[in-house]
Amino acid sequence: MNKSFIQIKKVSKIYKNKFAALKNIDLNIQEGEIFALLGPNGAGKSTLINVLCGITYHSKGTIFIDGVDLTKNRKKIKSLIGLVPQELHLEAFETVFDNVNYSRGLWGKKKDDNYILNLLKKLNLDDKKNNLLMQLSGGMKRRVLIAKALSHNPKILFLDEPSAGVDIELRKEMWDIIYTLKKEGVTIILTTHYIEEAEEIADRVAFINNGKIILVEDKNVLLNKLGNNKLVFTLDKNLKKVPAALNKYSYKVNKNKSYIEFFLSKEKNEVSDILLSVRKSKMDYLDFNIEKRSLESIFVDFIKKEKND
Amino acid sequence: MINLLAVKAIYFHEMNRTRRTILQSIISPILSTSLYFVIFGSAIGSRIKEIDGVTYGMFIVPGLLMLNLLTQSVSNGSFSTYFPKFNGTIFELQAAPISGVEMIIGFVGATSTKSIFLGLLIIATASFFIDLKILHPLLMVFFLLMTAVTFSLFGFVIGLWADNFEKLSLIPLIVITPLVFLGGSFYSINMLPEIWQKISLLNPVLYLVSGFKYSFYEISDVSIWTSIITILLILFILIVITLLIFKKGYNLRN
Repeated sequence: MNKSFIQIKKVSKIYKNKFAALKNIDLNIQEGEIFALLGPNGAGKSTLINVLCGITYHSKGTIFIDGVDLTKNRKKIKSLIGLVPQELHLEAFETVFDNVNYSRGLWGKKKDDNYILNLLKKLNLDDKKNNLLMQLSGGMKRRVLIAKALSHNPKILFLDEPSAGVDIELRKEMWDIIYTLKKEGVTIILTTHYIEEAEEIADRVAFINNGKIILVEDKNVLLNKLGNNKLVFTLDKNLKKVPAALNKYSYKVNKNKSYIEFFLSKEKNEVSDILLSVRKSKMDYLDFNIEKRSLESIFVDFIKKEKND
Repeated sequence: MINLLAVKAIYFHEMNRTRRTILQSIISPILSTSLYFVIFGSAIGSRIKEIDGVTYGMFIVPGLLMLNLLTQSVSNGSFSTYFPKFNGTIFELQAAPISGVEMIIGFVGATSTKSIFLGLLIIATASFFIDLKILHPLLMVFFLLMTAVTFSLFGFVIGLWADNFEKLSLIPLIVITPLVFLGGSFYSINMLPEIWQKISLLNPVLYLVSGFKYSFYEISDVSIWTSIITILLILFILIVITLLIFKKGYNLRN
């Protein structure tokens, strides 16, 4: 049974100008899981990461990481953490190898050229080890930042928007790296704008908005609970009236009545029933398909609900 | 426990930067010092009579050394602290398990090493132009070391305070250089009218230059003990300011 590796209780961050970037955050993160923090710009994702990394000090509440109180032993906790920042901040005139080695030293680890070389190999950076950082592409720089964060064997890895400005191929490569790290027991916390990234790799997700956590859930449970699929018919002619035989299903017709979508129940297989009813009612359609509800649509609904509340 | 490996990492990281910028860090000050010796030591200096029993070329050595030590320590110290803020790599120093003291030892240690190395190179350069003598070598090393450390620390503080390149060059340009020039580097304050002699005593750099001159030729504007106490006092004040900065997290964390 996994223990709560990171325990965040009633944590707030209030700046001097009274702006509350984090409001009473309660969160438990398990050891070895991939945890995704989702939220719009300015929601508080990066602030929360900076607080956990000891860069920003929180105003209220308690944080325990691996049983250690952050405010009492910041140095010990920092030694457990690797951080990949959102921006590509790197020294321009240093070589990849030297720069990664520098990070290892900063975290108080003895020089180990073999470890660094293996790490660079794992991140497909071995042929760039003697290149100056300014000579690298954006994607390569992102890998270097990951190498730097992993240079001291962290138990926790924070990835702040790891896919920002990264092409799909590299994004998938990075997901593979993250999976490998998870297998090695590293706890991974990532913030992302790309919901499909969270959908693809996260074990659990949290939605954060206006400095508040509005939902924490196992990704699969969430998709199962709220991710009802839809059966969508594109209509041949604009629909004047929905046939009465279809009223027993839950459905929605778009504004100009060019398509109708049926919300599928999770309990029973309604697809063949609906198809039969549509055929019987002689509703003309051009095409139909099943749409799976994504984490993104669930997220958007939550944010909308939050706004309305 | 002190994170010695982190201190070592910062130290060598900074020393590598010096290696990469050798022209700017080492060769440029040596060239300008050589020019001072050619112009003020040989060309003009030969027409100036001895000051306190030493030739003008010899007289300006401690002052030139102090000028370079102070400006280079402050410039290098402030640049090495400001640059991570400018290029954003400060996040790594903020996230790493390093205390303020460890950071100071790493950065100030590297800057001081550069300055001391530069000072020794200037002494070596001077020996090509003049008949150099150092009557109290240990005292000279003490002043060299203390000045390098103290003003590297001053540079470190400026680097934390500065939020643009203008502020970074402001102190070395408008404070340090005038204080060195008016601190008896190129003249003895006994040559000044009495009122200016008194005003000169308000300049802390005068005490450093004077102490340095004493270590070379046993000539000074103020007592050697006053010079020693002054440099120790400046170092103490800067240590207190730096520790307060780290306690408050000024420009280092939110």
